[in-house]
Amino acid sequence: MAEAVDYKIIGERPVRPDGVDKVTGRAQYGADLSLPNTLIGSVLRSPHAHARIKSIDVTAALSMQGVYAAITSEDFASPDGEVGGEAAGSASDLAKNVMATDKVLYHGHAVAAIAASTKEIADLALDAIVVEYDVLEPVLDIDEAMKDTAPLLDPDCYTQNLPEKAEKPSNIASVMQLSGGNLEEGFAAADIIVEGEYNIPMAHQGYIEPHACTATVNEAGQATVWCCTQGHFEFRSMTAALLGMNIADLKFIASEIGGGFGGKTVVYLEPVAVLLSKIAGRPVKMTMSREEVFRATGPTSGTHCKVKVGAKKDGTLTAASAWLAYEAGAFAGAPMGPGAMCIFAPYKLENFFVEAFDVLVNKPKVAAYRAPGAPQSAHAMEIALDDLARELEMDPIDLRLKNAVQEGDQATYGPKFPRIGFKECLEAAKNHPNYKTALEEGTGRGVSAGFWFNVGMQSSAEVHVNENGTVTLVEGNPDIGGSRASMCIMASETLGIEYESIRAMIGDTESTGFSNVTGGSRTTFATGMAVVQACEDIIAQCKARAAVTWGVDEDQVEWQDGQAIPAPGVNADVKPLSLADIASQAHKTGGPLLGRASLNAQGPGPSFAVNICDLKVDQETGKVDVTAFTAIQDAGKAIHPDYVEGQMQGGTSQGLGWALNEEYIFDANGVMENAGFLDYRIPVASDLPMIDCHIVEVPNPTHPFGVRGVGETPIVTPLAAAANAVRDATGVRINDLPLSPPKILEALDGND
Amino acid sequence: MSNKVQIQSSVNGEIVDFLCDPQETLLDVLRNRLSLTGTKEGCATGDCGACSVLLDGRLTCSCLVLGVEAVDKEITTIEGISEKDGLHPIQRKFLERAALQCGICTPGLIVATKALLEKHKDPDEETIRYWLAGNLCRCTGYDKIVRAVQDAAKELSYEA
Amino acid sequence: MAKVIFPDHLLPFVGGNREINIEAKRYRELVEILETRWPGCGIELEKCAVAIDSQIYQDAFLEDLLSESEVFFVRKIEGG
Repeated sequence: MAEAVDYKIIGERPVRPDGVDKVTGRAQYGADLSLPNTLIGSVLRSPHAHARIKSIDVTAALSMQGVYAAITSEDFASPDGEVGGEAAGSASDLAKNVMATDKVLYHGHAVAAIAASTKEIADLALDAIVVEYDVLEPVLDIDEAMKDTAPLLDPDCYTQNLPEKAEKPSNIASVMQLSGGNLEEGFAAADIIVEGEYNIPMAHQGYIEPHACTATVNEAGQATVWCCTQGHFEFRSMTAALLGMNIADLKFIASEIGGGFGGKTVVYLEPVAVLLSKIAGRPVKMTMSREEVFRATGPTSGTHCKVKVGAKKDGTLTAASAWLAYEAGAFAGAPMGPGAMCIFAPYKLENFFVEAFDVLVNKPKVAAYRAPGAPQSAHAMEIALDDLARELEMDPIDLRLKNAVQEGDQATYGPKFPRIGFKECLEAAKNHPNYKTALEEGTGRGVSAGFWFNVGMQSSAEVHVNENGTVTLVEGNPDIGGSRASMCIMASETLGIEYESIRAMIGDTESTGFSNVTGGSRTTFATGMAVVQACEDIIAQCKARAAVTWGVDEDQVEWQDGQAIPAPGVNADVKPLSLADIASQAHKTGGPLLGRASLNAQGPGPSFAVNICDLKVDQETGKVDVTAFTAIQDAGKAIHPDYVEGQMQGGTSQGLGWALNEEYIFDANGVMENAGFLDYRIPVASDLPMIDCHIVEVPNPTHPFGVRGVGETPIVTPLAAAANAVRDATGVRINDLPLSPPKILEALDGND
Repeated sequence: MSNKVQIQSSVNGEIVDFLCDPQETLLDVLRNRLSLTGTKEGCATGDCGACSVLLDGRLTCSCLVLGVEAVDKEITTIEGISEKDGLHPIQRKFLERAALQCGICTPGLIVATKALLEKHKDPDEETIRYWLAGNLCRCTGYDKIVRAVQDAAKELSYEA
Repeated sequence: MAKVIFPDHLLPFVGGNREINIEAKRYRELVEILETRWPGCGIELEKCAVAIDSQIYQDAFLEDLLSESEVFFVRKIEGG
């Protein structure tokens, strides 16, 4: 278990430093900026899911009074290669997604854009753009898309990673395999085998703030962009690539961000706004409607998965195989890799085989969504394990404990595990009072477990000590869930000064060093590490300043509780110097105190979670009510437990929404039929119970305070937890999501 | 092409005059003409509650009301919730309970909570959850929001 | 000798070898040796993350290798 370390503030729950502005309406989000003389940018979107663009004529639109610019894909650069960073992928696909070139590949695909003096004029101008389409048959079903006979989205797409080079094009953009041991022998050694086939439709990240930005380009071609983004540095790189601009001519300022969950790691509007502003010579503001957000951003992959698991009578797993097909949407890049690497990761398994497919369909291009790819594959495996536990008449937690990985075990995705806390999570679940309460009539209980790798990546931080000893932290990661508070806590603990005397700011691309996105559960881990190192830089400088002041050597000074003191045994008759003392004299001892650190953090430390879900199924209506939910997760060390719980509760809520209600519904033409919050129903307050959290702390040895990322794992588990609880409540196994009333009623009827 | 209408109403206790198009929503008026950007747009169809305001004391989605309908009405937005001597207890409890992550839904939720607590001094959990069911939050799972509202109700009834 | 293990998708680029032993003091040296042995594999390795003795590196370069080190190439991991 975790070593007990006596921290001063780590683990406390202080109010976040940006809080007051967020409860008073002062905080500025993506759409809140207004510059004088601003034009409104609007996007014309495809009415077809699959069509060839024969021609686009913007002349009538451009001739309208109040219209200042009109652009199509011809106005963009033709980038090649990869765009780096979190959302790494083909630059040319990204460009085609931002503005369609020869084909439109989903309903809502951007075709042209306008800048006009008002929204009304912009909308009229969009109507005046003439586009001729050659409508093609849409490919909407993943199984159909994989067939040889399916219409092709991209005739130049040849399946990657095949043992032999593909001879003809396909909608399967790439495949991957993972294998170990001998599958046949493993299944032959099993006393019992369970299998299942599982379908999950596309779902959206569902951030409440639609994408928004304002761009202004001056006469020298230098652009400034304000936008809501998970990573303004990567937005800058992508925009530069798409427009063929010099990065030095692009300044990105991250506004506050109203949720992202992975969906705000790629550009949609920003390059368009820059281009419109460049042409019009005036600032251009663009905001998406909710409908545009649903039709043309996010979502995450719909999937079709098959899983087979073999075990001994005592529950020991002997073999497992999986077939995983992920919808990529219009361009390659479904998260089938992590899906395949996660599916068996929590379990010791010698004999296994996983094959996964990245499949093009005429739906929006998927974007990252919280542990991308893992919830879908984990749903399949965790249902199979539940079925196995039932057949073996074994407690589902015991079954998982029997097979759980621990430090030194070989992960199915390759390496051996470093120190991890999966068994600790399972034990915590087993001993949790919520697992022991009796269930009411008509109620069911489901258990599931999940895993996510977490990532580190690049972060920068600076610590400025003000002349009175207070501190300004500058970092490059937009604060989506309270990360400023975590940074201030870590700085406070390291420097030994009060939390309240530290302020954190998110620097723009010109005022701090490069930082990858706020995503991948990396911010508290990696940016936190940079903040700690920058504080250590300050401490080293303070010791030097104290040494100068006292006339001793630097190694004769120590830093303790926020002040410089003579090292033990040093014979100096001096008073300790606080940070404030040193700062007030800094002008005499070498000038302002500025600490900094930049790093590419490695060793993020995997995170595991276990859920217990209680729910009630109304036999008449098929409606599911979650009555109790317990989320258990290894956080390594919770810097600010409120915000760790917040990640767990938020991920749970999203996972339950996906399990019970959320789905993209397309008509036969590929038009999303529920592109609004009324019909794409995310959980509301009355849909959920309190979500009980239990934070397990098995420290990550690579982080100074033991932090593991916590943001993503929470969404991996709830899908199967809910499905297993429905099975428990009704006696009927439903393998497909969402577990919406019609699906449940159908299953119950089928059971009669 | 414009036939703007002049409207007078009271916003956060102050008489304001503004010009607006007949089809312009109150949300757009607040944000674009009065620069009160604390009221957010999440859907513009009345489904998310990010644009919640009090209209003559009644909890309303400002995206579903026209600017011209605000004539002679009293409007309270998030910018009018704080008290002279600092934050309103609801705002303070949201902070103490960490009831916000990204914060985009927070203004609407605080306005909705104010309406709730003016009507129900001591709401039970179910009442709170149904009152706030029109305000979507994607980050928190509502747990800490409900607790913040419970705390605020306790403090306000204590004060009264 | 460090033990180097390749995932399925890299096998075509490293002569079908799933596991090999290589004498190298640093990760960079290891990749140079692999590139010499199987020209062109370096580009593919570059696209991978690598786990050296349980620790995953998204961008390994100068990391030290011990004589008993295990080096696993894995797909790069993204996140939301």
